[in-house]
Amino acid sequence: MTSIPSLIGVVIVSFLLTRVLPGDTATYFAGPAATPKALEEVRKQLGLDKPLPEQFLRYVADLTHGDLGNSLTTGQTVVGDITSRLPASAELTLIGLLLALLIAVPLGILAAVRQGSWIDHLCRVVATAGVSLPVFFTGLLLVYVFYFLLGWSPAPLGRLDIFFSEPPRITGFLLVDSIIARDWEVLRAALSQLILPALTLAVFSLAPIARITRASMLTALSSDFVRTARASGLKPITVTMTYAFRNAMLPVITTLGMVFSFLLGANVLVEKVFAWPGIGSYAVEALIASDFAPVQGFVLAMAILYVILNLAIDLLYGVIDPRVRVTT
Amino acid sequence: MVAIPLLDISDLTVEFGTRRGIVRAVEKVDFTVAKGETVGIVGESGSGKSVTSYAVMRILDRAGRIADGSITFSGIDIRSADEAYMRDLRGREISMIFQNPRAALNPIRKVGRQLEDVLLRHVQAVPSNAKEKAIDLLNQVRISRPEERYHAYPFELSGGMCQRIVFALALACRPQLLIADEPTTGLDATTQKAVMDLVVELTRARGMSTILITHDLGLAAAYCDKVIVMERGKVVETAPSGSIFKDPQHPYTRKLMRATPRPGITLRDLLPATDEEPPASSVVVMDGKPLLSVRDLVKEYPRQGAGATLASLFGKKAADAAPFRAVGGISFDVMRGESVGLVGESGCGKSTTSMMIMRLLDPTSGSIQFNGVDIGGLAAKSFAAHPMRPKIQMVFQDPTDSLNPRYTAARAISDPILRMGGGQSAAQVRARCEELARLVGLPGDLLDRFPHQLSGGQKARVGIARAIALDPDLVVLDEPTAALDVSVQAIVLNLLQELKERLSMSYLFVSHDLHVVHLLCDRVIVMRNGAIVEQGSADRVLSHPEHEYTRELLAAVPTPPV
Amino acid sequence: MSASTIPDAAAPAGSQRLAPIKSLFSHARYIVGDNPVTGLSFGLFMLFLVCALIGPYLVPHDPLASDTMAALQRPSLRHLFGTDQLGRDIFSRVIVATRLDMTIAISSVALVFVLGGLAGIAAGFYGGWTDRIVGRIGDTIMAFPLFVLAMGIVAALGNTVTNIVIATAIINFPLYARLARAEANVRREAGFVQAARLTGNSDARILLTQIMPNILPIMMVQMSLTMGYAILNAAGLSFIGLGVRPPTPEWGIMVAEGSAFIVSGEWWIALFPGLTLMLAVFCFNLLGDGLRDIVDPLRRT
Repeated sequence: MTSIPSLIGVVIVSFLLTRVLPGDTATYFAGPAATPKALEEVRKQLGLDKPLPEQFLRYVADLTHGDLGNSLTTGQTVVGDITSRLPASAELTLIGLLLALLIAVPLGILAAVRQGSWIDHLCRVVATAGVSLPVFFTGLLLVYVFYFLLGWSPAPLGRLDIFFSEPPRITGFLLVDSIIARDWEVLRAALSQLILPALTLAVFSLAPIARITRASMLTALSSDFVRTARASGLKPITVTMTYAFRNAMLPVITTLGMVFSFLLGANVLVEKVFAWPGIGSYAVEALIASDFAPVQGFVLAMAILYVILNLAIDLLYGVIDPRVRVTT
Repeated sequence: MVAIPLLDISDLTVEFGTRRGIVRAVEKVDFTVAKGETVGIVGESGSGKSVTSYAVMRILDRAGRIADGSITFSGIDIRSADEAYMRDLRGREISMIFQNPRAALNPIRKVGRQLEDVLLRHVQAVPSNAKEKAIDLLNQVRISRPEERYHAYPFELSGGMCQRIVFALALACRPQLLIADEPTTGLDATTQKAVMDLVVELTRARGMSTILITHDLGLAAAYCDKVIVMERGKVVETAPSGSIFKDPQHPYTRKLMRATPRPGITLRDLLPATDEEPPASSVVVMDGKPLLSVRDLVKEYPRQGAGATLASLFGKKAADAAPFRAVGGISFDVMRGESVGLVGESGCGKSTTSMMIMRLLDPTSGSIQFNGVDIGGLAAKSFAAHPMRPKIQMVFQDPTDSLNPRYTAARAISDPILRMGGGQSAAQVRARCEELARLVGLPGDLLDRFPHQLSGGQKARVGIARAIALDPDLVVLDEPTAALDVSVQAIVLNLLQELKERLSMSYLFVSHDLHVVHLLCDRVIVMRNGAIVEQGSADRVLSHPEHEYTRELLAAVPTPPV
Repeated sequence: MSASTIPDAAAPAGSQRLAPIKSLFSHARYIVGDNPVTGLSFGLFMLFLVCALIGPYLVPHDPLASDTMAALQRPSLRHLFGTDQLGRDIFSRVIVATRLDMTIAISSVALVFVLGGLAGIAAGFYGGWTDRIVGRIGDTIMAFPLFVLAMGIVAALGNTVTNIVIATAIINFPLYARLARAEANVRREAGFVQAARLTGNSDARILLTQIMPNILPIMMVQMSLTMGYAILNAAGLSFIGLGVRPPTPEWGIMVAEGSAFIVSGEWWIALFPGLTLMLAVFCFNLLGDGLRDIVDPLRRT
């Protein structure tokens, strides 16, 4: 339910970003050499002479038809461009998040269970250093070390080396598609391209996850119900996992929303560093070319994606916490 | 008695590493618990009574350690036993129930599953019959509809029911020793009695020993065979409960006993005996005119409906179900110079009533006449500037919460004088502050301290000084001693009584504690579910209650046999 | 008896310090003594401040002067951080960039501190419509991935430094508003606020004298913590070509310029501005953590 007002807000803000703010859309579409008369023509054509509410309705109507305008640089529809590039971004982001979760959650748990030990200190250092690292800078460092110095990874130029041909597109996720096609060579090549950018994203999102896991584990471990569980003689593993961790997961899941927000933003920077053909680099290229329709389409698409992710997080939360189920 | 006790603690010393160095929480504690015996450990906050029990279970915080002494439980040396062995012991041989039962249960696990966890851990059940055994346990602690409650989460159960579940967890493996740490603190008197009776009945039936940790002498007297009194980490007296109340040996025990409110005494009796005569109490002038007159007072709250998000977005009121009636049309008077007690269990509407009289909350309907003026109709917001404002003041329940952490005591006391006392010079305000401090017995050098530098009793005094700064006619006392230890409570109650006589104020005393109300009040109003069930003179209501509920309340409060 | 097994070691003793400043100071000294990292980060912060204030007068080379003869030189004594593809001295450029980066961060944080703080306090204290409107604005902003929203705002408003400041402030708004709202809301019903009502204080006065002073320290901590984020955000925007334009020295844009040379091994062009950027953010994060320990000892982790 909560995602509906968010969605309405997102559409309104996107509309405001396209229409109301300074910078005349008509001047932009008509080109710099346009005469006042031609300008008027374009304005009428775009419906910019109508009152704002009407413009808004038209904007919403266009949206429902999946019309976000055309890109001047690629000549394609923005929706077409975004849908064809989305899997590349999604694959990268998800692998990055997965890596981060696999490292950060156990690290946070261990740090809380062994408070004051070296692993706790490591967790603190990782948490503070991780949020301080500019994501584009991490990416460049990794490229320098693993590509230039060690030569372990391929050049940071996209999803697949040009010598390989992409497997037949089914999901758009190269890893999945190459497994479906049983093309292990391509799978290996795609993985080797993916690992550095995914690692960059993981390093970036590791910090908040580790931090909140540690903090909420500490809270859970010092809670009354964990004391009860201990006083009942339950095994440490049961106390830590079934009692403390299940409860500590709730704040972690809430934080995951914030992490996704960071990740989707960081994604843009990482795609630029690794020349990754996703929607982030698409938006950046359009931005440099002053091609605004793709940028606006990108912002809206990301926002909708994010709203959906948050909805999924809410649902997950409800699965774990019975108290939420009752009230909604 | 049996030669070898079940639990033998000797010379136990527990230390905590803190920022200020090592703190001894428990020092050279000796006592034994025989098989089937119920032992009470009594003490005020900081006496080390809980820490002692955590040491027995070896579940001290990371910072705490057993520094010296020995704990022997049926021949096992607890101090040197290895951790895996201790885990087998916990829950199976020694179990524990805690204060705040709702927090003591895992909030996101079904209570039945939590019972199963313990049963399976100690091999009291196998997965195929665990559920059956868990339901059987729920039955034993008298939880109705146990098959249904097996699937309940703690938040769906009442506080009393949660405590029964915690008790079921503790009983699951038929341990030999049960440690109950303030098991009923925070529960209503009637619930408290039901839980305690159940604990005693089931532990007796199983021949279990019990350690009952409590701050309440009455509770210890009512349920224990032997009582151990602790003060600042040390045992000051150990005696059978029959004799300890008749003939307390240690001065601290005597002080504690005296300070415990009970029937048939006066406020003065709460304080340590002194040679000097109590000040002759001035005769209270009651001119028969009511100072405060409440008629048909009602407070309703809209119920929270589902789908509130969308509705609130558009500012719509949620579909009107019948509103919740916190206070349902009550009427009473408070005479000039009179103390009226407003008594009831949590959720009875007594606090809502006091907030409305204080004009911090707007009533739904009804009238509040104060000094002949109807103040009930004035909006709570505008009442701040009303000339009647200084005449009704309040002492709050939690002395810590009611003081701004960034104001010194002097600043807190002078706030009403600065706001409503007319233009006074800084020196005049300060002088008045010091005068008030003297009145409430707050040493003058404490005036420049911040709340965190004051003790609970001192903070309570600051709160009282602030309330009487403008010579109010009516002071509402909202459980002013609920957060205090009994010995401090005794002093504060006496102070309140003395101030009332000296300044000829009226009190509306909101409390759940019938004995305290009896001591301080002339008249008592008993509330339940937003309605008044009985009112009358304090002596009459407490010695010859007419209403069934009042009788029930009175019976539920344990009293020391003095 | 409290639920904790820790004995009440904080019970007031007879010899308490009287002056609040003194007690805060000694507490601060305890924290720094306990955690020298906080002291270190404070020193680092002063260093950045000095660079921002007088850096341009101290640097050995003109940050904008190109010298194609000396292009792409490794770090040396003459060029501490080496030179870039146009032969400009990277050390000088890094130092001079401090002012711009700090200005962006500080002004955006100050802006959101005032706007978000006020809106949040009003929402928490008054509730009702104020709360609903502030909450809705915050929720709408939070419905976007924040960096992406900042991109969109700067793209729409126009590609200037001022708009970077505005965009950074906007995306931080919900954080401040929510924090201030929560803090104001718990204190709205606190005993001492009720007591202040009884002594004839008006709502405005209560806000000013009772609620604000108690919220301010927490907000200050938040400020320090978001400074780092603001710097990262601004640098990220200029990395993708928004806001600051070349040849203006700015850390993000310098890393972007150096990124093309990483694959060919000229690491110093991107490394030094990147390291400085990292150090600045690190410094603010540590400082924020340290400040939180001083302000709110209970929340120490």
